[in-house]
Amino acid sequence: MVSSRDFRPRCDARDVTSAAMAAACGRGLLAPLGGRLRACPRASLRSLTSAAPLYDVVVSGGGMVGSAMAAALGHDIHFHDKKIALLEAGPRKEYHLPESYSNRVSSISPGSATLLSSFGAWDHVCNLRCKPFRRMQVWDACSEAIITFEKDDLDDMGYIVENDVVMSAVTKQLDAVADRVEVFYGSRAVGYTWPLPSHSCDTSPWVQVELADGRRLQTKLLIGADGHNSVVRKEAEIQNIEHQYDQSAVVATLHLSEATDNNVAWQRFLPTGPIALLPLSDTASSLVWSTSHEHASELLTMDKESFVDSINSAFWSNVNHSDFIDAAGAMFRSALSLLKPSGTAVRQLPPSVANVDPESRAVFPLGMGHATEYVRHRVALIGDAAHRVHPLAGQGVNLGFGDIACLTHHLSAAAFNGQDLGSLKHLLRFETERQRHNVSLIAAIDLLKRLYSTSLSPLVLLRTWGLQATNALPPVKEQIMAFASK
Amino acid sequence: MRIAEWGEDRPAERKGTESSGTPRRRPCCRRTRGAGGPERDDVGRRGDAPRLRPRPERPAGCGRATVRRLLSTSQSSVDPKEMRKFQLLAHRWWDEQGEYSALHSMNDIRVPFIRDTVLNMGSAYQRGSPLSGVKILDVGCGGGLLSEPLGRLGASVTGIDPLEENIRAADQHKSFDPVLAKRIQYKCGSLEEIVEESVETFDVIVASEVVEHVADLEMFIKCCSQVLKPGGSLFITTINKTQLSYILGIVVAEKIAGIVPEGTHEWEKFVPPEELERLLEANSCSVKTVNGMLYNPLTGSWSWIESTSINYALHAVKSGDQAQTSQTEPLSEMESEQCSATAGTSV
Repeated sequence: MVSSRDFRPRCDARDVTSAAMAAACGRGLLAPLGGRLRACPRASLRSLTSAAPLYDVVVSGGGMVGSAMAAALGHDIHFHDKKIALLEAGPRKEYHLPESYSNRVSSISPGSATLLSSFGAWDHVCNLRCKPFRRMQVWDACSEAIITFEKDDLDDMGYIVENDVVMSAVTKQLDAVADRVEVFYGSRAVGYTWPLPSHSCDTSPWVQVELADGRRLQTKLLIGADGHNSVVRKEAEIQNIEHQYDQSAVVATLHLSEATDNNVAWQRFLPTGPIALLPLSDTASSLVWSTSHEHASELLTMDKESFVDSINSAFWSNVNHSDFIDAAGAMFRSALSLLKPSGTAVRQLPPSVANVDPESRAVFPLGMGHATEYVRHRVALIGDAAHRVHPLAGQGVNLGFGDIACLTHHLSAAAFNGQDLGSLKHLLRFETERQRHNVSLIAAIDLLKRLYSTSLSPLVLLRTWGLQATNALPPVKEQIMAFASK
Repeated sequence: MRIAEWGEDRPAERKGTESSGTPRRRPCCRRTRGAGGPERDDVGRRGDAPRLRPRPERPAGCGRATVRRLLSTSQSSVDPKEMRKFQLLAHRWWDEQGEYSALHSMNDIRVPFIRDTVLNMGSAYQRGSPLSGVKILDVGCGGGLLSEPLGRLGASVTGIDPLEENIRAADQHKSFDPVLAKRIQYKCGSLEEIVEESVETFDVIVASEVVEHVADLEMFIKCCSQVLKPGGSLFITTINKTQLSYILGIVVAEKIAGIVPEGTHEWEKFVPPEELERLLEANSCSVKTVNGMLYNPLTGSWSWIESTSINYALHAVKSGDQAQTSQTEPLSEMESEQCSATAGTSV
């Protein structure tokens, strides 16, 4: 059953791979390490690597998800006597809360907030800066269809937090367990050597990690959290289903024209892509506008006034409406109100934008990806290394935090049973659990993206009626909210 | 070096012994052996109820400088036939999908059983190492399948096995992990051999899937009791001797489904829990728990069940002044009963 996950030993150098990787990672040259990406003959490795320090877990990639994984394990009671290492290519950053908001923000679901508080990071986030939102309004640009989400008890649906704030909070908690978790800054892993399956054990059974500065580490379990261009995933030769969207996301920090009780997240589906306004404070919101590459570069370069005007008109203009669709939509709505006299929720109007923070505009390309396998013998992928989604549902980092919660749970149980941490048995349980959750969500997000990328009448009609019907069914909405906030 | 070759080399060192498939013969004997039936001790006992013959020789495979004893008065609980079965598979211990996959997955229930029982006996719990400070003897450790998880939980484990190939495989597997290499010590030999130097040294003895391969069960239990500290725990997992265990444990498991290699078990050597309990009580160990276990070949996993008809796990505690008692344990009651009983009958 698991023989396909055993690695085939390879001894040939692969310069092509190194150049491709250098390009893909967008980093400097890997020239000195060119041919060493494949394993040396394994038999000789034993003497070489017996001196390399052995860790129980090495997390490769020190972003939000990688750092949180290391922190979660470091704070776990059953990992008290284990050695964990976190490899981060960038330097250590000291964070001081700036006056202005960063343009990279994430929507943190209640489930992710629970994970962060499980190792004490959520308190730091709240002390720094975060904005809870209570309501989400999503509507179409081509019709009057609208759907609103809010919790019955008016509890917080989620939190908008700057990525830097999350990083700072997690780093603080990493420092608190520095005796167990060793963080290697400025250390990029350039090569991995995979062990042979456990029963042919004349050579080291551990994963060998080679760093750019020549240092070596050994580990019983390697967790790849190195983003959607994951080197771990590529080196492990795990197939990745990926697709570059013909869209880029424009982000910016906006100032509203008037102070308001800013606790609603707004999203409107335009034919070119969804535009979202996420609350940061009573006077500021963050923009995430997914649109075509050309329009994105236009938006980036246009002057402030035109930029603000485009945003406002994107939210307010009805230019994409057609009479036919409006009539059909109205008819359906009245039909629904016959069945459900309480009717659909009241449509609120989004706040209007007055100004944009200078130098807060940025663009990044969008794509979708999903690894066919999340785990191998002694390897696990989490976060964007395993799956990459469109930001339209605000789920990207939440899926990663969900992976962390699940993997930590299984590793903790395995450690308490004295099991070998890299054993496929519990790694497969993690994979099954997460794939079951992720695949449906990723497919749904991709479907929504494609469905809303068109202005063809039949599809607009379909999605209009679909949205209106969903909006009229609280049980369905509750299910959606529950699934997305795990 | 093929394991088979290793076995074949042995005849050069000793004459007419294990490698030829039979124990040492007396000149006038003729051995008969039924299919799967018990071995008969022919000397003057033809037709009697089967009795396991005492082993006169030191077990095979134990070091090149083995002293060959022609006839020893001490009895050994090691059966060379059993050892030969395992000799051929010594390199397969650590293949989780191989012949020993059922033993690997048994760790999922036996390690928590041992861990939780020891924790409940009241020793101080150190975070991350629930078994730290506990000295464990793993009898019949094989390739170290059970010793390693116990070592990872913080215990100091001594693993003994009569077969040198097993010890070698176990040593090699643990050598890559410096923490385990320190915590676990493997020794080649039988339980009897370490009794003299290890009287009352271990907090816990684990004999998992061993007593059904042992030649002299009484002596085995006696040695366990001697080596165990007063108040120490003895954990045994084995197979019951019932019709159901014959059907499932031998016919299905070996012949049909191939869960264990054929010939691994002999039904005659299976031990019912009542017999084990009797032997334990006779050696001042009181049985605390008996739990049935069931293997699901479809999922490859073990679970606890009520019935002990097939596999079962047993926990016994050696009585003594240093017994750790919890409120629910009836140990103190039994002790006082025994004391009063013996007091009544002592001379």
